[in-house]
Amino acid sequence: MASTAHPMAVCVAVIAKENYPLFIITIPTENELKFYYTVHTSLDVVEEKISSIGKNTTEARELYLGLLYPTEDYKVYGYVTNTKVKFVLVLESTNTTLRDNDIRTMFKKLHNAYVDMLCNPFYTPGENITSRNFENIVTAMMQQD
Amino acid sequence: MSWANELPAELLCRPTGLVVLTGLDITYNAIHKSIWDSFCNNRRSDRVPLKFNVMEADHVYPKSKSKRTSYQWYIPKGILKRSWMKKHLNEVPAVVVVFFDLDWDESLWKEKQMECATRVEIVRNSLQGQGTKVSVVLIQKNTPLPPGEDLIASERAASLCSMCDISAKSLYVLPHTDHLIGYTIRLENAFYEQSQSYYHTEARKVKSHKDFLNKTTHQLLYVRHQFKIAFFNELKQDTHTSLKHYKQAYGYMLDLRMYDTNMLEIKTMAGFLNYKLCRLSFQHNTPLDAIAQFRKHIDFFKSRTGTPELAFENSAWMSKQFQVFGDLFDEAIKLGLTALQTQHPGFYYQQAANHSITRKQLCQALCTHTGDLPQNTVLDGLDNLEYFGQRPWRQGHQSIDPPDAQKERDGIIALQIREKQEDHCWIIIPLLSSAVAQFKKYKSPRMKRHLMVQMGEEYFHAKDYGKALMLLNKVMWDYRTERWSPILTSILNLSLKCAYLTARIQDYISTCMELIGQYSQCSIEDKSRIEKNIFKVMSNELPDPEPGLEQTAVESAKTQWLTAKSSPNLFTIEMSTLVSFIECKARFIGETTSADSKVKLEVCLRVSCPQPIRFSKLSVLFNNQIHNSKCEMSDGRGITAASSPLEADGADLYLLPGKPRTYSFSFLPSAEDVGRQIEISSVALELGNSDNGCCAVLRWVGTGADASGTTSNTMFKQPITPFSVTPVKTTDTEKWLQFKTNPIIKVVSRQAKLDMTLIHQAPSLLNEFYQVQIVIQNKEDSKITDVSLYIALQNEQEYPQDPGAHISIDKASFNGKMQVNEELVLPDLEPGQKLEKCFFMKCFQPGARSILTKVKYTVSVTVGIQSLTCYCIKEESINLTTVSPFDVSINLQSMKFEPMEALHAEEPFLLNPEISCSSPWPIELKTSEVQLSEYIKTLSEKHESQIVGVNLKKSECAAECLCLVSLATIQPSVSLGTYTVHWRRKTDDKNKGLPFVSTSFPLPTVNIEHIPISVGLKLPAYGSVKTLLPTCYVVKNRTPYIQEIEVNMDASDNFMFAGNKHTHFRVLPGTDYILKYNLFPLVAGHLALPKLHVNMVRYPNTMDEIIQKMLPTHIFIRPIGKSIILPA
Repeated sequence: MASTAHPMAVCVAVIAKENYPLFIITIPTENELKFYYTVHTSLDVVEEKISSIGKNTTEARELYLGLLYPTEDYKVYGYVTNTKVKFVLVLESTNTTLRDNDIRTMFKKLHNAYVDMLCNPFYTPGENITSRNFENIVTAMMQQD
Repeated sequence: MSWANELPAELLCRPTGLVVLTGLDITYNAIHKSIWDSFCNNRRSDRVPLKFNVMEADHVYPKSKSKRTSYQWYIPKGILKRSWMKKHLNEVPAVVVVFFDLDWDESLWKEKQMECATRVEIVRNSLQGQGTKVSVVLIQKNTPLPPGEDLIASERAASLCSMCDISAKSLYVLPHTDHLIGYTIRLENAFYEQSQSYYHTEARKVKSHKDFLNKTTHQLLYVRHQFKIAFFNELKQDTHTSLKHYKQAYGYMLDLRMYDTNMLEIKTMAGFLNYKLCRLSFQHNTPLDAIAQFRKHIDFFKSRTGTPELAFENSAWMSKQFQVFGDLFDEAIKLGLTALQTQHPGFYYQQAANHSITRKQLCQALCTHTGDLPQNTVLDGLDNLEYFGQRPWRQGHQSIDPPDAQKERDGIIALQIREKQEDHCWIIIPLLSSAVAQFKKYKSPRMKRHLMVQMGEEYFHAKDYGKALMLLNKVMWDYRTERWSPILTSILNLSLKCAYLTARIQDYISTCMELIGQYSQCSIEDKSRIEKNIFKVMSNELPDPEPGLEQTAVESAKTQWLTAKSSPNLFTIEMSTLVSFIECKARFIGETTSADSKVKLEVCLRVSCPQPIRFSKLSVLFNNQIHNSKCEMSDGRGITAASSPLEADGADLYLLPGKPRTYSFSFLPSAEDVGRQIEISSVALELGNSDNGCCAVLRWVGTGADASGTTSNTMFKQPITPFSVTPVKTTDTEKWLQFKTNPIIKVVSRQAKLDMTLIHQAPSLLNEFYQVQIVIQNKEDSKITDVSLYIALQNEQEYPQDPGAHISIDKASFNGKMQVNEELVLPDLEPGQKLEKCFFMKCFQPGARSILTKVKYTVSVTVGIQSLTCYCIKEESINLTTVSPFDVSINLQSMKFEPMEALHAEEPFLLNPEISCSSPWPIELKTSEVQLSEYIKTLSEKHESQIVGVNLKKSECAAECLCLVSLATIQPSVSLGTYTVHWRRKTDDKNKGLPFVSTSFPLPTVNIEHIPISVGLKLPAYGSVKTLLPTCYVVKNRTPYIQEIEVNMDASDNFMFAGNKHTHFRVLPGTDYILKYNLFPLVAGHLALPKLHVNMVRYPNTMDEIIQKMLPTHIFIRPIGKSIILPA
């Protein structure tokens, strides 16, 4: 993890295979709806990327989808697990300290946290994520290091 | 806002050189008119890019300004004059063409020449100072001769040129002939060349000023000059050079000192340059350059808002930048550019819309000035400034601080007031709509929906609530199915407002129903308030307005509600399109029901609204509509009436939040349902009472499912809020979850109360009439009628052509046509009455078969108070194996009982059929017969069967023997014929003798050999020792020729004999020759006879072996009796 202080990610979302939200957290919280829309619309690109990858490669798929689409104010990144659970990360466009590799690391961390959460026998896959632990990891990730 | 984000038409158009045509009288002269038309019509892309104007010869062109020799004391007042582009596009021509009617053979040549020269002079004068080229075109009636042949022409042309002071290259001849357009095109190409040279010169002229400029005072001029050079190059159609200079201009632009007072001017011009740069980049097929330039442009200027009080100007400008870039991008795509899902014009339109939304918000925040325009004249000339992007109250002023602070304030307020008059919604909506079209094209359905929601919001702001509602309704479905409830809730809240303001009761109620449901993200207070509004509407009162609405809109909505309420409202809401607060599940109890028992079903209802609610009627509808009225339940009390203790019977429709309630119904199926399915087609629940004026019928198709999908309902259980706690699974939710829907019940026939016994003795034997006895007994309580018996071979479909079996009822008969099913009407049977029937089956092939027997009848039964006529079926089937009753093996033997492979023609032989019984049941043979082929005869007159009346048990055999002879035939092999056995199964019951059946077997096919001679031996059956034994050999010639034969008799130890030992004789055709020997046996026993060797002289050593086979080899010789007298 980079030791320099950098602005946090503004929104992290976990989306189910069927494209409904399992977990969304935004900072700041007052304009949540806007981020919901941002995450939701980014699924267009995710879907397109998944379907185009599925078509022409036989080797193991790269989970990290990269920058999904740029808006004036935000950069939206995507990541898809093998079970088609999607992670979406929204960063402010002004945030230039994070490089592609840092984003990758963040997704990796998020994926690990998700897997840990999934290992809880009391969690039914497909339910909304309510794990406090998972939430703490995500919020810590979003805050400055 | 046109002052801050205008892009003038002269900037947007593609610049083309201007050519002015003079001397054409297009009003009165038809020839001139056709020339003009040929220039200005059909200007397709294959023609040179020029613009033609027709002018009077004495038209006055803009004066050329005297060029400065020094810029030392010159301070520029702005970047670019508003009139400059227009002037060069439309007013200052590159070429002026003087048209003149003049033929080379003109008689008044001198005068005409003079007149022409005068015209040219006039044009020259009016173009004073401009570098415009002047050309002369002579309109001639005759086609010119090839150059050099017409001496007069060349001489006169030279004189005309010198007279008009033009070069020979600027003089053209236009013969007015049929090929006008061809000449026109050649002419305009020439003009095009001249125009290019003109614009080139103009650009050079501007460039030459550069040396006089200095960076401190003339920064603006650097931009201006580069812009002009670029523009001239564009006119010249040299877009690459043009792009280079626009780039330089843009570079100088960014170097300018920027402060609030000149920000608008800079941004306006930067916008122009950016437009040109992007446009040319797209034109040069370098879209990435265009996008990069635009990005750079936006990043540079987005934070430079200028005067804070006029921040909306910046948003308007930004919006325009995005919009025109979107337009350029879209145009490039139309010309063949490929865009991507993540890079297409839609994003730019969307951003343009977003900036316009920001502009609207800024306007609302900033333009708060109420009162009159401070100084009416402050904005005079706003649309007619000298320079682009300047303030009308301080034009030409380039200092950092405004010259007059008061005027500046007034100006800002005046602009704010102007902005306030703008209807932003109608700027935003078209932008959103363009974006929607693009996102649709580039496979981004979610983005499209998001934009449609935004459009809905804008329509809402524009007070077009109906349109807003329509748009929102279109997209809600998808958010519902994708289960994004936070978004859905926000859309629903907006559409509720729209529905309220337009007083659309149905939309209002259905939206309310969704908002108070468990998946809605509304607060509990909101839900309570909304539910109360439902109660109000359904009790025919006005609902309370939604919070946060404008008072005037609410007032007008109230009157609309009053009119809407004045007429009765009955409407249906399809619940499958909603995720509402009420859930419904329905099921039949059981998978099947019989025709005489009641169909039971249950409907389970659950509400998730905050307060209890009472429905007025519940009904279940079926695919068979006659049952529809049978499952209804009404609750006459009002929607909010509280529960009373009297209602413990469960006959009310009062539902408590979260408590599922189950209602049961039952009904008898009708006769037509038997054998079919009854299906729940829909469940309808009424809210409110139609007598009351308002009634909503909530309809679930099938057994109840909502838009979130019944099966996945469990996943949608909790609203998505990060801190929500999983609700405890109470018994109520358990009860709800365990209620499994079942929409279909099968109605089967009533169970038949009838005994049917089938008596038969398996297996069936091949070919026989197999008897099956059916015993039917009525076990019903009443008489059964319409009784019929049906017997069929079950797998008849497999061999429709050759079923291999035949069924006959009552009588064992078969007329050659196979019958695989039989139906028989039986008499009515009283309770307990028995009936016996039998049927016969004849199987033609062995194997397994199954036979279905059915008895159908109707009986009337009583269920409760209802009497029903039921149709019942009793089915029984037999699996039957057919086996062969016996095997027949046939062998052929010679008269010596030796097996033989081939027959000898005209020699007798024996046929031995042997019947071995393989049937488990004894069989009775009636007789047997042979059908012989025409070449075979019996030796006796007629064959009499030797097995008449023989009975065979399993593995017993019966055999007979026939002596046959084959005729002389030329066929090498012959089928002997068939052997037929007449038989039946042996039954003890003498009365019920089954008919005999016959089974035929083919006799073998044998080879027939022709032997030229045959030898027979006549010999007694036995001899006695020392007693004469006379023997006689008969040699028969079967050929039509004389045969010479040699005979040798071997000596034997057992016999002495008298006769020829060795002889030689001839036999005539077809006759016998007899050889007689007297044998005298010497010993007793089974003795070998002395061997007779017969040899045909003509074919030596061929016959002996064959002959030996014909002759007996041994004879039994008795010893001399010890005087025992045998009985006679």
